[in-house]
Amino acid sequence: MSFETAGYQLAPALPEIVLAVSSMALLMLGAYRGQGTTRAINSLAILLLIVVGVLEYLQPAGKQVTFGGSFIVDDFARFMKILALIGSAVTLVLSTEFLSDPSRRIFEYSILVLLSTLGMMVLISAGDLISLYLGLELMSLALYVVAASNRDNPKSNEAGLKYFVLGALSSGMLLYGASLIYGFTGTVSFTGIATAATTANIGLVFGLVFLLAGLCFKISVVPFHMWTPDVYEGAPTPVTAFFASAPKVAALAVFTRATLTAFPGIVPQWQQILVFVAIASMALGSFAAIGQRNIKRLMAYSSIGHMGFALVGLASGTVEGAQGVLMYAVIYVTMTLGAFSVILAMKRNGQAVEQISDFAGLSRTNPLLAFLFAMLLFSLAGVPPLAGFFGKWYVFVAAIKANLFTLAVIGVLTSVVGAYYYLAIVKTMYFDEPAGQVDPVRVEVRTVLAVAGVFNILFALFAGPVVSVASAAAKSLF
Amino acid sequence: MTIGLGHYLAVGAMLFTLGILGIFLNRKNIIIILMSIELILLSVNINLVAFSTFLGDIVGQVFALLVLTVAAAEAAIGLAILVVYFRNRGSIAVEDVNLMKG
Repeated sequence: MSFETAGYQLAPALPEIVLAVSSMALLMLGAYRGQGTTRAINSLAILLLIVVGVLEYLQPAGKQVTFGGSFIVDDFARFMKILALIGSAVTLVLSTEFLSDPSRRIFEYSILVLLSTLGMMVLISAGDLISLYLGLELMSLALYVVAASNRDNPKSNEAGLKYFVLGALSSGMLLYGASLIYGFTGTVSFTGIATAATTANIGLVFGLVFLLAGLCFKISVVPFHMWTPDVYEGAPTPVTAFFASAPKVAALAVFTRATLTAFPGIVPQWQQILVFVAIASMALGSFAAIGQRNIKRLMAYSSIGHMGFALVGLASGTVEGAQGVLMYAVIYVTMTLGAFSVILAMKRNGQAVEQISDFAGLSRTNPLLAFLFAMLLFSLAGVPPLAGFFGKWYVFVAAIKANLFTLAVIGVLTSVVGAYYYLAIVKTMYFDEPAGQVDPVRVEVRTVLAVAGVFNILFALFAGPVVSVASAAAKSLF
Repeated sequence: MTIGLGHYLAVGAMLFTLGILGIFLNRKNIIIILMSIELILLSVNINLVAFSTFLGDIVGQVFALLVLTVAAAEAAIGLAILVVYFRNRGSIAVEDVNLMKG
């Protein structure tokens, strides 16, 4: 039986179709059964994400294209989609406690995360500007609502509002860029654009700049980072963990695909933009984080810096660079989810504490938590032999091979500056007087933390398979 | 004088600039920001339809229809967030959106 509609194969999009239909079914379940089903829907949503991940994994190897070229499933798409699905599933696991509070039994939360994940999958597979835009909007519209999901908290509302206004502005810029690219190349498909865009004419470059500005917004790199600290601080912590993981993966994936497959003819044009953006984000990520007192704001600046490092790989525009981006995405997601599970674990008398001073003396009150957080912080700082070091290694090697020496040197220098604020937290945990006992850590948070911690500490042992998968995925783009 | 592609693009660019300026220069009301966002999306539609006509290619008009649909969803979500925000804070003035300083 062949699985098709209007002559287009549906099989490559099977995971997306399953996700879309099932999340709408879950929405109906919640709508008819009421808020009491919140917990069940959250568990079903996690299960659904796992099933979709398995379906994606079982997709036949090689490149499949459907819907007239607007939907591409290749090794790269599969890699990034599975990573994004893992990020979303872990976020839902971490949200269990947030949703168990009687005042926040909102089943819509899990559904919105599912829909946003669907948007990410469409975005990662996008083969033309239309599916890029639709995937991006499906992802973002759900994210705006999720940011404001703590309805009675003015900070959460404000985070949602700021994210919405700036996100809508960025989509507008992306769209304006897309319209110019369409006008000056006569096509919306990436392959068509690649054939038409061999010389840099002014209209095309204008469109490219707007398109990249919109994408930079979604991965929050300088100069489009203004929303990040506020949204990260205001949104509920599990939501912040979500923002920092899966959507970043998806946006980074589409950034990579759009630059490498649609504009290979005008590499110098986007390369100089990416070099500037990468340097600015690495510098801002390192320097602006130093003065922060709130751990969520600090993680926001940290994520700006990390996205800068990931773009170092992309700026080289080579297979090694794309592979570096993929490796960086994997490592960044595990580090971030681990760090956010520590932030979620930090509670005193049932109240979440978010100030860095609250971590004082954690090594004496909860030694294991302090040790794992210290390891994750070292990994974020890029200390060998932890995972973060390998992430930086691959992108810097790619940059050096592409003769971007200034970029690589500045990257190494800013990562040294960045190490200062990570080490300052380790110092607070290990050498300051205890600020009081922390509550026992919930089992699901502990599990996520343990997995992320072990992955980061022992990354050197299983780096081999990850590298070979990432290199196959990167090659599928060229 | 015949009206060519350049004229449409100029109108599109002007509306786009007005929309961007409306977001950044407006110090009064968040509703005005929502209107500016709509203006940006509509300026893109003018661009798309003009290009579509002058290239003789239908894809631009399909794109424009999809943009219209998404713009409606975006406005709905923006207004919903705004209502929740107003219930908590009792104001939708731009200068009151300052619980967190970025």
